[in-house]
Amino acid sequence: MRQLAQQVVSGLASGGIFASLALAFVLVHRAMGVVNFAQGEIAMFTTFIAWSLLETGMPYAAAFLLAVVAAFAIGVGVERTVIRPVERGPVLATVIVTIGLATVFNGLAGAIWLYMLKAFPSPFPARTVTVDGVAISDQDLGLIGTSLVVMVLMYAFFQHTRIGLVMRAAALDPVTSRLLGVRVGWMLALGWGLAAMVGAVSGMMVAPVVFLEPNFMQTVAIYALAAAVLGGIDSALGAVIGGAVVGVTVNLVGTYLGSIGASLRLVVALAIIICVLVVRPSGLLGRPDAQRV
Amino acid sequence: MRGALLAIRRRRLLLLGAAALCLLATPALLLPDFVTYDLAYAGVYAIAILGLVLLTGFSGQISLGQGAFMAVGGYASAILVATSGWSFYLTLPVAGVLATVVGIVVGIPAARLTGIYLALATFALSLAAPALLKEAVPLTNGARGIVVSSASPVGPLSQEQSQYLLCWGVAGVLLVVAVNLLRGRFGRALMAVRDSEAAARSSGINVPLYRAAAFGISAFCAGVAGALLSDLAGFVNPDSFGPQLSISVLVGAVVGGVGSMLGPVLGALFVEFLPIRAQDIPRIGTAAPAVIEGLLLILVVLMAPTGLAGLLARARGWARGWVVRHRPRATGPRGVEPPPAELRGVAMVIDARVAEETEVRQ
Repeated sequence: MRQLAQQVVSGLASGGIFASLALAFVLVHRAMGVVNFAQGEIAMFTTFIAWSLLETGMPYAAAFLLAVVAAFAIGVGVERTVIRPVERGPVLATVIVTIGLATVFNGLAGAIWLYMLKAFPSPFPARTVTVDGVAISDQDLGLIGTSLVVMVLMYAFFQHTRIGLVMRAAALDPVTSRLLGVRVGWMLALGWGLAAMVGAVSGMMVAPVVFLEPNFMQTVAIYALAAAVLGGIDSALGAVIGGAVVGVTVNLVGTYLGSIGASLRLVVALAIIICVLVVRPSGLLGRPDAQRV
Repeated sequence: MRGALLAIRRRRLLLLGAAALCLLATPALLLPDFVTYDLAYAGVYAIAILGLVLLTGFSGQISLGQGAFMAVGGYASAILVATSGWSFYLTLPVAGVLATVVGIVVGIPAARLTGIYLALATFALSLAAPALLKEAVPLTNGARGIVVSSASPVGPLSQEQSQYLLCWGVAGVLLVVAVNLLRGRFGRALMAVRDSEAAARSSGINVPLYRAAAFGISAFCAGVAGALLSDLAGFVNPDSFGPQLSISVLVGAVVGGVGSMLGPVLGALFVEFLPIRAQDIPRIGTAAPAVIEGLLLILVVLMAPTGLAGLLARARGWARGWVVRHRPRATGPRGVEPPPAELRGVAMVIDARVAEETEVRQ
């Protein structure tokens, strides 16, 4: 029982990581109805930027903030240059462009920072509290807390600011929004920028847990995708719930299925994606997709 | 009249076919074995890409999971050759059929998904395949994979020449079959489903059936390609069928052109030879293929959505236009001198007779 509780706690912590990247997927999907297959790689790239800044002796907080700003610039820049021409085109075109982007960012990171493992510092102290025999580290709490904070910020931004309202309008009905004077293209770019920011935060949360190298976000991106799909790829709350469910499930499978469990974790996440898509594509909290013919 | 026309076209087709065969056969006999071997790999890619072009280009379903179907074919062939002692050539159809069955099983639920959701589900499939192969140890020997001795060469040919001819021969046959399939009722129905699901359904087309069938056909190509790959490589292991393979096949399809039957050939050559060439670029070394591949992928989508095949068709149209524009003014169409004035009436009479005759025949 105690072991179960322990595994649930650490599952929730990894769920926090998945949730924050899942929120980035949700942001892009909300803005333009596609999944950005390069989301994890952009997060990886900005984490490397933070690492380079830290190497120059910059304090953690400053490096963190600068990396987030750089991520915003990358997100907006990418949207304006390569996504914009395909944003009204077929889904296939956008999917292929984002896969191309993922390849480019991965290759660039390899060329600039090489493929050696690098340690990345954690912002949370290495203390552990024991509650009824279950060890909870500040790291775990920090990861869960970060994803909740990001979710609340996103909620507040979209529900209680003017620009958030305008962004929602642009995504919901681009034509009418444009007639009302909304610069729809820039709203989409803003969505990409915000997604890249959220992704950067998740990258900097993951990096201390695993080591930094150009492929370090790939597995996380898959779990995050499973979380986003499970939660309903339009819903921020869904992404966080999905993250928690995926984190705990994957952790329990890894613990209780013995030797095969460890490598089946990925398969479980992928099974979640496929089952949700086939049975209920709108996920737990998403809006069903209707199409006008 | 029509018969004569058809005869001419058939003769042209035969000539074209013969020319293509000669073109295919030459590299095998003239080039060094390692280039022939690379070209054989390109043939395998061409088959896998053909499957994806049929699925994505003609039935409109995005798939990022072609590598998973290649794994089915590759492992089926390797297991039959290594443990049951089958001849490799006999395993080819078995690999294809087995992959088709898996393709249809995947295609039935996939028919309910469209666009981005289908892309996600098939992407998950391509990621899950290596993990599953690692776990199914009794069948697949886990992460260590299966070693197969490549099939012995035919006649006086070297191993590489024989493999090259086999791969491109199979690719050629499948391409011809695909062209014929798309020309007929099946192809028209498939394209109708792609262009408008609602319109297709209201014309009595069983949309889910055609979608699943497209998955099956695409998986057949992938399965055959996977089997050929196992013979070329001399082994199969879970990582030879990872997501990278699916992405390479997708890149080949997009760069070659998803709407054309020339696309798979051009795309395959591109995917096979780009990494080899790009590695030679100094300084950026190993990262170069990834960066160049990604950038080209984006550029093709943005600037030439019909791919290399589309560019080629455009160049041909442009060249034809140039020839027409620069033809001397005095000659009529097709370079025939206009008849002298006194014969024009006769020519008109003959023209009228020909027209009458054709009308009667039709």
